[in-house]
Amino acid sequence: MYSFEFEKPSTIADAVAALGAEDAQALGGGQTLIPTLKQRLAAPSALISLSGIAEMKGVCVNDDGSVSVGGATTHATVASEAAGSYPALAALAGQIGDPAVRNRGTIGGSIANNDPAACYPAGVLGSGATIITNTREIAADDFFEGMFSTALDEGEIITSVRFPVPQAASYQKFLQPASRFALVGVYLARFADGVRVAVTGASEDGVFRWTEAEQALTKEFRPDALMDLRINPANMIGDLHGSKDYRAHLVGVMTKRAVQACV
Amino acid sequence: MTQVSMTVNGKSVSGDVEGRTLLSSFLRDHLSLTGTHVGCDTAQCGACVVHVNGEAVKSCNMLALEADGADVGTIEGQANPDGSLNVIQQAFQDHHGLQCGFCTPGMVMSAAALLKENPRPTEAEIRKYLEGNLCRCTGYHNIVKAIMAASGQDAGKIAAE
Amino acid sequence: MPKDSGIGASSKRREDVRFLTGAGNYTDDINVHGQAYVHFLRSDIAHGRIKSIDTSAAETMPGVVKVFTGKDFEGVGGMPCGWEVTDKHGAPMQEPPHPILAQGKVRHVGDPIAAVVADSLEQARDAAEAIELDIEELPAVLDMKAAAQEGATLVHDDLKNNICYDWQLGEADDAKVNEVFANAAHVTTLDLVNNRLVANPMEPRVAVAEYNRGTEDYTLYTTSQNPHVIRLLMCAFVLGLPEHKVRVVAPDVGGGFGTKIFHYAEEAFCTFAAKACGRPVKWTASRSEAFMSDAQGRDHVSTIELALDADNNFIGLRTNTYANLGAYLSTFSSSVPTWLHGTLMAGNYKTPVIQVNVKAMFTNTVPVDAYRGAGRPEATFQLERVVDKAARELGVDPIALRRQNFITQFPYDTPVALTYDTGDYNGTMDKLEVAADLAGFAARRTESEAKGKLRGLGINCYIEACGIAPSNIVGMLGARAGLYDAATVRVNATGSISVMVGAHSHGQGHETAFPQVVADMIGIDESMVEIVHGDTSKIPFGMGTYGSRSLAVCGSAMVKATEKVIEKAKKIAAHLLEASEADIELKDGQFSVAGTDKSVAWGDVTLTAYVPHNYPLEVEPGLEETAFYDPANFTFPAGAYACEVEVDPETGQVTIEKFTAADDFGNIINPMIVDGQVHGGIGQGIGQALLENCAYDENGQLLSASFMDYAMPRADDVPFYEVDHSSQTPCTHNPLGVKGCGEAGAIGSPPAVVNAVLDALNSGGKSVDHIDMPVSPSRVWAAMNS
Ligand SMILES: Cc1cc2nc3c(=O)[nH]c(=O)nc-3n(C[C@H](O)[C@H](O)[C@H](O)COP(=O)(O)OP(=O)(O)OC[C@H]3O[C@@H](n4cnc5c(N)ncnc54)[C@H](O)[C@@H]3O)c2cc1C
Ligand code: FES
Ligand code: FES
Repeated sequence: MYSFEFEKPSTIADAVAALGAEDAQALGGGQTLIPTLKQRLAAPSALISLSGIAEMKGVCVNDDGSVSVGGATTHATVASEAAGSYPALAALAGQIGDPAVRNRGTIGGSIANNDPAACYPAGVLGSGATIITNTREIAADDFFEGMFSTALDEGEIITSVRFPVPQAASYQKFLQPASRFALVGVYLARFADGVRVAVTGASEDGVFRWTEAEQALTKEFRPDALMDLRINPANMIGDLHGSKDYRAHLVGVMTKRAVQACV
Repeated sequence: MTQVSMTVNGKSVSGDVEGRTLLSSFLRDHLSLTGTHVGCDTAQCGACVVHVNGEAVKSCNMLALEADGADVGTIEGQANPDGSLNVIQQAFQDHHGLQCGFCTPGMVMSAAALLKENPRPTEAEIRKYLEGNLCRCTGYHNIVKAIMAASGQDAGKIAAE
Repeated sequence: MPKDSGIGASSKRREDVRFLTGAGNYTDDINVHGQAYVHFLRSDIAHGRIKSIDTSAAETMPGVVKVFTGKDFEGVGGMPCGWEVTDKHGAPMQEPPHPILAQGKVRHVGDPIAAVVADSLEQARDAAEAIELDIEELPAVLDMKAAAQEGATLVHDDLKNNICYDWQLGEADDAKVNEVFANAAHVTTLDLVNNRLVANPMEPRVAVAEYNRGTEDYTLYTTSQNPHVIRLLMCAFVLGLPEHKVRVVAPDVGGGFGTKIFHYAEEAFCTFAAKACGRPVKWTASRSEAFMSDAQGRDHVSTIELALDADNNFIGLRTNTYANLGAYLSTFSSSVPTWLHGTLMAGNYKTPVIQVNVKAMFTNTVPVDAYRGAGRPEATFQLERVVDKAARELGVDPIALRRQNFITQFPYDTPVALTYDTGDYNGTMDKLEVAADLAGFAARRTESEAKGKLRGLGINCYIEACGIAPSNIVGMLGARAGLYDAATVRVNATGSISVMVGAHSHGQGHETAFPQVVADMIGIDESMVEIVHGDTSKIPFGMGTYGSRSLAVCGSAMVKATEKVIEKAKKIAAHLLEASEADIELKDGQFSVAGTDKSVAWGDVTLTAYVPHNYPLEVEPGLEETAFYDPANFTFPAGAYACEVEVDPETGQVTIEKFTAADDFGNIINPMIVDGQVHGGIGQGIGQALLENCAYDENGQLLSASFMDYAMPRADDVPFYEVDHSSQTPCTHNPLGVKGCGEAGAIGSPPAVVNAVLDALNSGGKSVDHIDMPVSPSRVWAAMNS
């Protein structure tokens, strides 16, 4: 690691101020950032830890029934605290990494990073959630801009994420055998006005919505509705762990399983 | 350099560290608590697992300064007050849950965190919980068996010799 | 009745207490006052010509002690290879130099180019970034078959081609082999790959070296399986140091699996630099560094053909293998595809005509050397896969086909240079059939099918050759080392015993199992015997631990030394008891005169040895004996394994539902430890079969360069294993009758897993002949849908 300063503010305002310094960077749980720093792939001047900001932590149910998760809430906390209010999201959080990673890694860090194989981006996009930052609210559909790229500005902090709670939802994750990230992960959410299907792990462009499947399932919510649908393998990821064709195939299988889990 | 203070295995400690000093380095290099091992640089092997405020954490993937004020538990603090092996450690010895011993501190710390959360885990729950702890020696058989035994289940009946 | 101590008892491991309490002493736990840290600048390209290296900026960076490049090692030897293979035309193998730091060319990603020694590791890394390199990239040599072609790019410019050797074993007359195949009723042919693996012991390699200016002594602490071998190679071939001035210590070592046998450049570097810098120098590999600097394993591409007569008897076997050696010859790399592989091609079967052909290739990849099993898994995989395929083609039961062809008469001379001393392959298979409840398989398959899963059963046999020996024979085959081992039994005045052994324990439990033997021989408590290992200043010259040799070879030396001790102690006892030596019996720690009630305790005799007041004049005082043991032959553990898998036909995901191992290890000292060794081997074998894949892209970049892409088996990838070692045919030529158990699991399991997957797919109506390892979901799915 290159050398950097460390600060641990206790309010969002202080964190935003500290992030104003040149090359300062937010530190969530560090579960992605620290390994990156070890490889010397980044050289921040300072890391501004968000772990001391109480207002960014925890899960709560809003008056309109939506569920808000603080930007610095760990995966473990979501897995336990959202289990009643949004079980599919809690289940997703409980499938990220391993217990020790879940005790540190945060939702804000995960979606800010937007790893193409990460779980939360699928949950956030599949739920049609709203990302709330220190300056604005961003709809999930506008937030994810391709692998490792988001709508966030320099120094902008994800303070919370607000999830509308669907009638039924399921996250189906097929493990990449080494990293245990998603080789393909499908988050399906069924709302009164339609179905959303978000896919992670599969595409060169990062998390995406499978609109054909959404339309078919909105019309008819049963596994067979997907029977004739195929994802085009061309812009799928093809690597050591699975060919493009295989990933395209898995998207179909995982989506079907998500439907089965919801009916 | 910034001063960091924490409680490690019940004792208050402090030291001067850089921003980039990892908790694992602080434990190993500053406190000479070399029982916490480092087996990778991508936070996957779990040899470095310690408890921070009672939760299992990969100490190679946490800055020492993040643990300022925290209550940290390492393998060196696991034995009973009289120095004898605790229930989990004893079960690892009884059931040959270790060979080279390198993964062992992390395994024991993870097992302790699991049993705190889930005092009678099933085989499948144990295997799942150990997702972030790699062992290259044991094929996991005796580790799983030891954890079952430590939770009061009859390991002899569960697994063949 | 299980015993509670001594030979045959599952004594709990005494070393566990320190490991379980964080009190182990691994190499990275050792810090020497004043130490500096080295960071190696490694090549990020697979093949290139070094045009210039400018270290001037780096040298002036904060904390930098010294910067080294290949130039600093021009007068120094290179990393030696310990086995000279002679090719089939009688010529010695091509043996290119292997410098400590690259000279002229870089030849694999990770090849060290320069080394920076600095006050801190981060300072060393900072300075390494300031080194300016001008390297002309060359095409990377990767595909072995292409590399063997005339005109291929050369990995080593001074060699005539990329073929290290073209080797043959068995029937040399091609016409004769052709005739067997021409007359066969059936021939089964299979092309297969034995996937490249990374050993990945959980402890990365570390070296700490210091030099004492006053005494001119060096001490090297290193993560090694064999400290004396490291000292010999480093002193005699690399640095030219007097051996008596160098102490090599391998303290607690966090797993080896072969990859810590070899002498590595980093060890020699630290030793050299400690003197050159006037400070102790420490190197700790990161896992990323381990992926590109630890010798890797396997990587064979083979075609195997099996000829059967009309009655399904095996009548001929021919294999053609390309074995990847990587960019340089690692210490024992040349022996792996040859004497540790070709010699095993008979397996458990009485095939009369066998021809093994191996071309060993240089490529622009990390060097390849022994990894758990070393050559024997590659042989077993080919053989057991082709037998399984033959059974399917012929529509016969795979167990029956194997049984029909088993060797049943011992000793048995194979057509590939070995003499199996004992074995009972049918007996072991009988044990397997019961332990694995093969009778219940059909019902289990029906249950799986009801869940929409395909279930398969894979059977596999293996034979292993352990404790490679004897020295005079292996010397004729090209070994540049002896293959004996040594032990010193030092009895203390009060009767406790320190046993200094040449073997090294890095998980095998020697500290517990070895004392069981000595204590049993004398009849004292195990706790009175302690094993000392891993320090050349304390132990006799031994060859260390690899190839499942520790107990069979070093344990035998220990038995011999203990016998000498007992013999001498009996003389002393005879004197004390005023009896004839021939009448003295030793039992339960008491020397007694046969047929009388006169006795003297072990402790009284040992005290007398050191306080020789009332003492036989013709006997020297003291009680300490050393023995060297050079085995007469290999030992030949054998076994039969059964694996049951479920395959998800939608995703191709394979899960191991049941795994049973029936092994014949001869006599067993500590059954608990033996079980543990088998479990670990099976875990690694399942890893190879389903998960692990060390892959390079077309430019020679390592694709699986961290645990993010190299899939290590985890707890939920494997089941509980059923292990049976009640089939026992003791080794006929070592005093303990033991055979070695360390590698069996890794040898026997990969074909069982793959055979099971193919059985599952074929049971589901998919006609699939073969899938290369790792049998990943993606590959299974592709095979099902091709
Ligand atoms: C062994 C292992 C296994 C894993 N497995 C999975 C898995 O299966 N699925 C999965 O999805 N992930 C997995 N992860 C990644 C894990 O979920 C990380 O926690 C997550 O990707 C990053 O979260 P973090 O809080 O640790 O962020 P950090 O690592 O601290 O930061 C990541 C990035 O986000 C920025 N950032 C952090 N917080 C905020 C914020 N609130 N606002 C704006 N920017 C912010 C940082 O500046 C940095 O650029 C795994 C990680 C490890 C080590
Ligand atoms: S060292 Fe921390 S996870 Fe490997
Ligand atoms: S005991 Fe060696 S890695 Fe687990």
